[in-house]
Order: sequence, then structure tokens, then C-alpha cells
Amino acid sequence: MLAAAIIVFREVLEAALIVGIVMAATQGVPNRTFWVGGGIVGGALGAVVVAGFAETLAAAMAGVGQEVFNAAILFAAVAMLGWHNVWMRRHASELAGAANRLGAAVRAGAQPLWALAFAVGLAVLREGSEVVLFLYGIAAAGQDGAGAMASGGALGLIAGVAAGAAIYFGLVHIPMRHLFSVTSWLILLLAAGMASQAAAFLLQADLLPALGQSLWDTSFLLSEHSLTGRVLHTLIGYTAQPAGIQLVFYLATLLIIGTMMRLVGSPPRAARPNRPAAAPPAGLQPGE
Amino acid sequence: MRTLVLAVLLVLFAAFSASADPGPVTITIRDHAFVPAEVKIPAGAKVELTIRNEQTVPAEFESASLHREKVMSPGSAVSVYVGPLRPGRYEFFDDFHPATRGVVIVE
Repeated sequence: MLAAAIIVFREVLEAALIVGIVMAATQGVPNRTFWVGGGIVGGALGAVVVAGFAETLAAAMAGVGQEVFNAAILFAAVAMLGWHNVWMRRHASELAGAANRLGAAVRAGAQPLWALAFAVGLAVLREGSEVVLFLYGIAAAGQDGAGAMASGGALGLIAGVAAGAAIYFGLVHIPMRHLFSVTSWLILLLAAGMASQAAAFLLQADLLPALGQSLWDTSFLLSEHSLTGRVLHTLIGYTAQPAGIQLVFYLATLLIIGTMMRLVGSPPRAARPNRPAAAPPAGLQPGE
Repeated sequence: MRTLVLAVLLVLFAAFSASADPGPVTITIRDHAFVPAEVKIPAGAKVELTIRNEQTVPAEFESASLHREKVMSPGSAVSVYVGPLRPGRYEFFDDFHPATRGVVIVE
């Protein structure tokens, strides 16, 4: 039972941390529970479907279907998280300009949520499909204490959700003025870590060169399989023995999203000379 | 001169035999154990590991040092290519049953 609890906890942990950060990043946005909840439910349903087709998927694309699928999901999530960050940056001055929690919340309310909901759904889908496969395997095997395993699984799920709740309640203690820059940083690192994981899957599929099997090995300091290692793996992409290509994708993601936040994301001032100078700064243009 | 030719031939032979395809290596997962739990492959070669999950439960072949992570349905077999690798020990395990461990020894 404990073994099942630990395995389910591990898989749930990554998705739960992402949900926790997303909930903090959408603090004060109306309907966020609907969007994020929708992402979780959609991801969970998708996980069941993916688990059902696990064998077909593994055999697809000359045996590397699983790797390509995982990499595609991760890259899609990176794009969604990056898009969110660029949007937030574009409106950062308005958010920072708001003197109080309510003002910032009202301004953050204009935030579109589909990108984050999609990112949450993808995270749940990827981690969830492994949970489904694992628990289904136990249930199908029958006999040897399937009931205990199921309660272990439930325990793992609860513990994982608690970890997500912990990061959420930790983050929302940050004053609203700083909250969105903190969550932007967290989301940027989350995205970079996902890109590095995606690179590892493409390396496994032999679609990318390793560029160095292990650049370094810090497993003696912090094992990726310890709780701290796993949390850091999700949050900042910690890898004890990274391949060169993983570092390339990690840094490239930081650079690309960071640059886009600066270029695309800066609030347009000079770009709109016709805009009356007296226009209220908080007035959002349609389509922004 | 003859010694030189011989030396060149020897070096060529050594280089050739090192890069020669050692063929697929099969590892079976049975009753929560890798059989064999220790496989030896040559350094600098790309080797196909065929992993067969002969259990009634799914398994996940995983290795941090090999950068491999592959979910396997019950009764399925997958191919995992590793290498070219430097000599050393590369541990792997079943992420769904972490006590199930094995090692690739590259020499």
C-alpha cells in the first residue's frame, strides 16, 4: 500500500505543483476555478484515453511514439506558459501600478485563462496517464491486495494535492504587487525545465544528439529521486546528470521567453503615437 | 616495415571491433526482477536493449544516467537504444517498482 502511495504521489506531485503555481498566478481572476478545474478534468479524461492507447502509442513511429508524444505535450505546455508570461509582462506596469490588492486583482481580471488552463491540462494528462496505467495494472492483476493498493493510490493522490495546496498558500502570502512577478519567474523556470525534459525524450528517441551524455553529476548532492530532487525537478528543471542537449533547450527557453517578454511584452508606448496622452493608463484596448 | 603494417592492421582491427554492432541485448522483467540484472556493452557503440515486461503489471524502465524513461504495458516489449557511452556503470530501475534494479556496464 505504501509503495502504491509513493508512486502515485510522485506522479501527482508534478501536476499538483503546476496547478498550485497557476492558481497563484491567477489570483483574483474571475472564473479561474472554472478554467483551471476544466484543465484538470480535461487532462484527467485525456490521461485515461492515453493510458488506454499506451501500447499503440509505444509502438507508433517505429517505437518512439511515446517519446515524441511526451516531447510534443511538454513543448505545447512550454508555449502556453511562455504566452502567459508575455501577456503578464505586457500588463505588468498596470498590475504594479495598482496600489492595493483589489486594484491589482481587478486589472489581473482581464487576463485570458485558456493558455494556463491548457498548460494545466497537459501536465495532468502526462502525469495522470502513468497513474492510470499503474493503478489499472494493479487492478487487472487482481489478487495481491488490490484494495490496499487502491487506498494507497488515494493516499498518494491526497498527499500530492496537499503539496500543490502548500505551494499555492505559500505564494498567495506574497503581497499582490510582487505576486505576479514571482509567479512569472516561477512559470519561466517551469517552462525551461519542461523544455529540458522534452529534449531528453527526443534524445531518447534518437532525434536529437546528446551533446555530452552527462555534463555533470550532482546525484551525490541531491538525487533526482528524493522528494526535494523531484520538487526541484518540476519547479526549476533540476537534473542530476543532464545531457548537453538538455542544457541547450533549458537556456534557449529562458532566452526566447525572456526576450519575448522584453520585446513583445513591453507595454506599447512609442508604438502608438496617435493615442491621446491623457488616456487613462488602465484602459485596455479591445483585443489586448 | 612489416611491424608497422602489422601495427596498423591491429589498430584498424581494434577500431573496427570496438565500433562493430554488438547486436541487441535482451533484458526481461519477471517477478519484479531484471533478468539479467547486469548487462555488459562495449564503450563507444550504440546498442539496442530490448526490454520485455513479462509481468501482469505495467513497468517503467528508467535511468537517470542513461536518460531513459519508458512506460511498458504488461506483456509488451520495447526497444531502447543506448550509447555511444563512456566506460562506467549506468544504473536503471523500474519506476513503478523502484526495488527492481539493474545496471548496464560499459567497458
